[in-house]
Amino acid sequence: MSSEEVARLASLARIQLTDEELTRFAGEFDAILTAVASVSEVASDDVPATSHPIAMTNVFRADEVTRTLTQEEALAGAPEAADGRFVVPQILGEE
Amino acid sequence: MSAQPVSANKVREYLDVQPLDFDDAVKTYDPVLGIEVHVELGTATKMFDGAPNVFAAEPNTAITEVSLGLPGTLPVVNEKAVEYAIRIGLALNCEIAESCRFARKQYFYPDLTKNFQTSQYDEPIAFDGWVDVELEDGEIVRVEIERAHMEEDAGKNTHIGGSTGRIQGATHSQVDYNRAGVPLVEIVTRPIPNVGERAPEVAAAYVRTLRDIFRALDVSEARMERGNVRADINVSLRADADAPLGTRTETKNVNSFRAIDRAVRFEICRQAGVLDAGMDVVQETRHFHDETGETSPGRVKTDAEDYRYFPEPDLVPVAPSRDWVEQLRSTLPELPAARRRRLIGEWGFSDFEMRDVINAGALDLIQETVDAGAKPQAARKWWMGELARYAKDKGVELDELGVSSAQVAELIGLIDEKKINDKIGRQVLGVIVEADGDGSPAQIVEDKGLAVVSDDSVLTDAVDAAIADNPDVVEKIKGGKVQAIGALMGPVMKATRGQADAGRVRQIIMEKLGVAG
Repeated sequence: MSSEEVARLASLARIQLTDEELTRFAGEFDAILTAVASVSEVASDDVPATSHPIAMTNVFRADEVTRTLTQEEALAGAPEAADGRFVVPQILGEE
Repeated sequence: MSAQPVSANKVREYLDVQPLDFDDAVKTYDPVLGIEVHVELGTATKMFDGAPNVFAAEPNTAITEVSLGLPGTLPVVNEKAVEYAIRIGLALNCEIAESCRFARKQYFYPDLTKNFQTSQYDEPIAFDGWVDVELEDGEIVRVEIERAHMEEDAGKNTHIGGSTGRIQGATHSQVDYNRAGVPLVEIVTRPIPNVGERAPEVAAAYVRTLRDIFRALDVSEARMERGNVRADINVSLRADADAPLGTRTETKNVNSFRAIDRAVRFEICRQAGVLDAGMDVVQETRHFHDETGETSPGRVKTDAEDYRYFPEPDLVPVAPSRDWVEQLRSTLPELPAARRRRLIGEWGFSDFEMRDVINAGALDLIQETVDAGAKPQAARKWWMGELARYAKDKGVELDELGVSSAQVAELIGLIDEKKINDKIGRQVLGVIVEADGDGSPAQIVEDKGLAVVSDDSVLTDAVDAAIADNPDVVEKIKGGKVQAIGALMGPVMKATRGQADAGRVRQIIMEKLGVAG
């Protein structure tokens, strides 16, 4: 994995990294990817892809209203709020 | 696929290109459509938590910790939303997945608390379907459905400081998360080819067809103006039907049938102009502006669509049993196309009359009026005549006029019983429309003394006066010109302010003059 690829991932994840970190993470990610890739050595086509450690399906809830937050509770952790809404910085370059 | 970066020069050239005339554009190029429709499901609660799914509540009150994506919270799937998604899939003739997963679609935007949207990626709940779309002249276009998947809606940004509430010039934004987590189903078509000059009409009719299906299934209120149904429209042009697909643009959130028609029309003309000028269409997201009928490019994102989807580890797969699917299939309601065919037979409407009724949005109203006891043709006459005129004058849809089917059925009943005539019927409707739908026709007739006058003494007096005032007409009638009777009925109707029972008046005149009809 190149440091350019790490830089691109970092920008997608909105994480700022120094050049030194980019180089270091490139090496570390490489090691992780290699380790993960070893799974494919034993996983043949008849092994289904797994996204959850426990083989279970259809965990549902009934369509019933539960307790909600009040506006005060919702906004309690907001750095800034106005008119009952969260205030966020200017959103650039989008319509 | 990421969009190609566009140089400033290229953009400038692009802006100078004149759009082609629509007729020329569709003569020269073959347009192909692709449509993504999002529908908000009408469940009581959200997709992954028990916050109420409501419209226009106080900001940030219809939320739980899960809606806000607070640390440590876990989503749980709303079973009703899965049921609705399956019903939509079945109504669109889709296969229903034996097992499917949710996935995280990752991007940063303030309306998304978690920095990802919980959606479905490579395993949609429904896929490989089709729907027949009927155009205004009765032509049917079959649209193939690639997939229908479940996901959650985002919150709502309000931009502050810009002149028109737009993002340009805004100093900051405010976010309300009431809508965050509302269940959505996104329906994606395969490319829709061979539509030619009818592309704008097909696009609008397709979204209308889906809207009608959602309503018939009762899975959504499906109100376009509230954003319950939102359409993204892809348009591309190619040299002819055998050529490979051209580069497409995606016009986002086109939210009325008229806007869809106009946006497609505009994109066809614009792209044809670009191609005619020897340039390439840029693959990009565009926005439609209702005021001008034009589209404009959104930001060109170099890393657009790099959403790094991966399976949602907090949710287990949804594996609808075949029994459940078959049970839902067997309880699907009659769908709009089948219902139209049935009602044409039952009501004796012509295809032409039925299309008019549908285009006017009067089908349900007429159905309810008929259910309330009126004859179908009478119900059609009032809804498509007098009431359609009122709706047009007020610039509203028929069902927004405030007049109920029960009132119209009652009115028709009064006419059938000869208590009032058509003319008074129109007066009564006028009173109800004025009162924004308040009032019972029978009560209005009584209160305003509008009932047909069939009291012989009143009528006889009026007839005597008419005979005395028109001796020349009387001569004609006595001489055998019975049709001249109309000239005597006019003054009688006038004297009784149009409330006379016309048949009875005619009878009295004939008796008085000793002529036979």
